[in-house]
Amino acid sequence: MDIDVTQKGREFINSINEFCGYKANWLIKIDEPTSPEWGWLPYERPLEKYIEYGVINLDKPPGPTSHEVVAWIKKMFNIKRAGHGGTLEP
Amino acid sequence: MALARMTRVVGNIIHSSKEYICVMQLHSPVPEERLREVLEEFTGVIYQRPPLRSSVKRALRKKRINEIELLEYTGKYALLRIDCEAGTYMRKLCWDVGLVLGVGAHMRELRRIRTGPFHEDKNLVRMHDVAMALIRLRLEGKEDLLRKVVLPGEYSVCHIPKVVVRDSAVESIVHGASLAVPGIVMVQDTIKKGDTVAMLTGKGEFIGLGVAEMDAETIIQSEKGIAVKPKRIIMEPGIYPRMWRRQGQDSQ
Repeated sequence: MDIDVTQKGREFINSINEFCGYKANWLIKIDEPTSPEWGWLPYERPLEKYIEYGVINLDKPPGPTSHEVVAWIKKMFNIKRAGHGGTLEP
Repeated sequence: MALARMTRVVGNIIHSSKEYICVMQLHSPVPEERLREVLEEFTGVIYQRPPLRSSVKRALRKKRINEIELLEYTGKYALLRIDCEAGTYMRKLCWDVGLVLGVGAHMRELRRIRTGPFHEDKNLVRMHDVAMALIRLRLEGKEDLLRKVVLPGEYSVCHIPKVVVRDSAVESIVHGASLAVPGIVMVQDTIKKGDTVAMLTGKGEFIGLGVAEMDAETIIQSEKGIAVKPKRIIMEPGIYPRMWRRQGQDSQ
């Protein structure tokens, strides 16, 4: 069980490296497993936490400003905080 | 776009490199060869003064253009793909290219196709995808679409070097402690002293950003010492157990 979640965790970390083509080797300090007793594999978080720790690669339509789109998303999700990765012409 | 807790790392993403598709309109045609030459001149480190309508101080500054690709050219319009450092103004770049060409030019259309790790080719969602996913959840109680539309926030730090932290050290970092060498499971060999690094749990959960106080090699060779100083903590307290000793109290 311990080994399983540790391996899945490493697979997840390697998958995000691959997502953006980040190349590096791992240097191991201590080969210690992570315990399934606490925390979650990122894809297995309960939905509320999944959203709280989430990002959206959003295709902003031309027209509305980034600010407006952020306000809509906040309203749709009913969350207090959201932010965008920069406007085209700040 | 970052939701809830992840908003605290957008600053880091804003300052990463960008890629654009841009239509530049030339005020008079020039031979394609000449245009290619000038675009080549604008590749590398350039000087740029931010435009009149900008949100930063209008002082001449250096920006790095990694690549300019001429995708199509009609004599009047040039379709360009530009890969550059954050804070480079495309409108200004077009204008300056026009100046060097001697005919004048301006930007007609612009679309950003990549911000740091987020490319339009990968997991891009539209507003209506988000709306549909939320309707499916609220009307049918199904989470599947929403879990596809929203990505784990860990993706936003995929492009920076990473450190995996032992379970026993996670909560102390969340409370603001520095990451010491004995709290580390593994590190990526790209880490250099002074780099911004992502601290992750063994499950891959993002704890926060920190600044490396040692190179990867030094971390591996050391027995003790501060390896990473915290910069921005994202994880909330209470997810991992408290393992450090309080004064006058034995460890549990």
